[in-house]
Amino acid sequence: MGKGIRWGQLTAVLAGSAILLSACGSNDKNGSPSPSAFAASPSSSASAAPSASPSASAENVTITYGLWDQVQQPAMEAIIAKFRETHPNIEVKIELTPWSEYWTKLDTAATGGTLPDVFWMNGSSIVKFAANGKLLAYDDYATADAFDWNVYPKSLVDMYSYKGKRYGMPKDYDTIGLWYNKALFDAKKLPYPDDTWDWNKAVEVAKQLTDPAKGIWGLPAQFQGQIGFYNTILEAGGYLLSPDGAKSGYGTPEGIRGIELQTDLILKHKVSPTLAQMTDTNPKDLFKSGKVAMLMDGSWNVKDFATTEYTKANADVAVLPKDKVRSGIIHGLGNVAAANTKHPKEAWEFLKFLGSKDAAEIQAKDGTALPAVSGGEELWLKSVPAFHLQAFVDMAKVSVQYPATLHSDKWDGLEKETLKSAYTGESSAADAAKLLGEKIDETLK
Amino acid sequence: MAMLSETFRKRSASRFARSKRLARIDYKWGYLMVAPLLAGLAVFFIWPVFRTFYFSMTDWGDFGSYVWSGGDNYRRLVRDPAVYRAFGHTFFYVAIYIPVLVALSTFLAVLLNKGVRGSGVYRTLYFLPAVLMPAAVGLAWRWLLNGEFGLVNTLLKLVGIHGPGWLTEGRTALPAIVLVAVWSMVGFQAMILLSGLQGIPSAYYEAARQEGAGGATLFRRITLPLLTPTLFFVSVTALIQAFQVFDLIYMMIGQVAIDHADTVVYLFYKQAFQLGAKGYASAIVTALFAVILAITAIQLRLQKRWVHYD
Repeated sequence: MGKGIRWGQLTAVLAGSAILLSACGSNDKNGSPSPSAFAASPSSSASAAPSASPSASAENVTITYGLWDQVQQPAMEAIIAKFRETHPNIEVKIELTPWSEYWTKLDTAATGGTLPDVFWMNGSSIVKFAANGKLLAYDDYATADAFDWNVYPKSLVDMYSYKGKRYGMPKDYDTIGLWYNKALFDAKKLPYPDDTWDWNKAVEVAKQLTDPAKGIWGLPAQFQGQIGFYNTILEAGGYLLSPDGAKSGYGTPEGIRGIELQTDLILKHKVSPTLAQMTDTNPKDLFKSGKVAMLMDGSWNVKDFATTEYTKANADVAVLPKDKVRSGIIHGLGNVAAANTKHPKEAWEFLKFLGSKDAAEIQAKDGTALPAVSGGEELWLKSVPAFHLQAFVDMAKVSVQYPATLHSDKWDGLEKETLKSAYTGESSAADAAKLLGEKIDETLK
Repeated sequence: MAMLSETFRKRSASRFARSKRLARIDYKWGYLMVAPLLAGLAVFFIWPVFRTFYFSMTDWGDFGSYVWSGGDNYRRLVRDPAVYRAFGHTFFYVAIYIPVLVALSTFLAVLLNKGVRGSGVYRTLYFLPAVLMPAAVGLAWRWLLNGEFGLVNTLLKLVGIHGPGWLTEGRTALPAIVLVAVWSMVGFQAMILLSGLQGIPSAYYEAARQEGAGGATLFRRITLPLLTPTLFFVSVTALIQAFQVFDLIYMMIGQVAIDHADTVVYLFYKQAFQLGAKGYASAIVTALFAVILAITAIQLRLQKRWVHYD
């Protein structure tokens, strides 16, 4: 066994260096709000009327289309097939990368100059990509085509604009509503949530619905900004990002109240599982198995809940309860193009189609996404008649845009790291919120 | 006489030259054959070591842009409580993991070496976790260790024990990771030790038995000393691997207990890939590299005291 030694030494060196290797393996940054939120988030997109396309005689080109949601791939393929009816010379190849690796891969690709020609973008990463010159500005093409941006919600067009230039074709939008379990309400003979509810009412009913013996929770405090405290901060009359973009609003009295509305559900009213329990078992999974009466969550769950046996029969949705006002977060995906694409004209043609009503129709019928283009809503509302999807459209009217800053892809991590102690009760909501405010402000400099 | 010795000298000289020439040809072929491996090693292991060291003195911006920052990262490192915490967790993990792993796998190897019926089946079963992806192992155990609905706590309840939230409570999080890590590696290490055991000549045992030695004495006086080279190999490699524990923690420990379980490589991941501070992250792994190097050097030095090569 004399070899043992040399083996040992060699392996030691190898193993030691292996770890260093990973340090320079790739440059990536992960980003963005909740993976779960977007993994499921659908979208549809559609392009402006396929302008009697000029391309019939043009040369054949292939462009790539990067996206992360497998659930949406069939719809995307259908859209591409439709697109090719009018643009036979443009072939579109889908590059599917799972959410968990999507931003890492994009970051590396952007660094190496190998971005897909067209790809999905979200609110937390748009500024970083645009500010670093990685994206194609649409303005010249749009002007040449007299493209009408007014068919999309202004907030979405603005979110995908940077320094007055447009970089994103709004694809879909999502809002947050109050999902509830009709069976649990019926069992206690309680009225369903509606637009008269405020947070006091919600808490009062949640207490009646909570049944520790059966493991049933009234209203879990989702530990994530977009489906949790962002909404209550806004409803308390606060803001996430000051209008000038220089300050965050966590440490303001309204910000603190918004976080307290959440933490009280766990610590004071005991209508939510503890943070530890929610870490072990996701509240959404509890909702889908009938253990949660009310759940703040996004419109991207429609298809999931409509295809899950239990929620299909028992779930419905209402607008969020109000505090000082009724509000919430609105977010939407955008289709963007790489600045260095070899086929900017073809990419623009495809983008226009992705933003059109034709494309919206294909996706809306699927139920997965609330198309951004006007007129798309009606199609989506009819996709699952059993749910009052109008609640999400109503929320859109009072909602505030997801904060998009140069480093907002880092917010989620900082929020969880800092607010954790407020959710477990180790520190007060005020202390945690103020500390978080300082940390986020640091990223805004 | 003179002639003879002259001839002899000439002949031996020419033989020497020939063998030297042959050796050179052999070497050439030898190098040629290991060249692909060496090239891979250089590109994927050695070059990155230097790059990482260089990056540890840079500050990173978006999309791979970086600027020289000298010793800033190291100055920050020595003042960062998160780094001390991470090293503390790592040492704690290693301190439990290594003894438990080595003791258990030795025990298993000795059992398997007895040639019980169906030992081939057991061997496969014990080895199986080692070929599973750590991510899959982590995911499966996350279910088993779920505080409310996990199988482990359900079984404990049957015997009247109210199990903790294994992965969500600070005091159990890291021990739970050790448990899973041992479970997944014990079969692999036992196989290596088993091959060591099988290399011990049976004549030694026969001779000792004739002298009247019993089972315990055989193990202590023959098995253990002759197994030390293998034990040494196992402990050195397992230690290096243990210092780099990451995947199980990343997969299994959620946000709520991570402050009680983050290790150095976890901190590296967080800095590099979540916060985008690749320069600082490089400094962190460089520090870890130095620690592993030092500990491995100490092990190599100490082996003279306890490792027997026949």
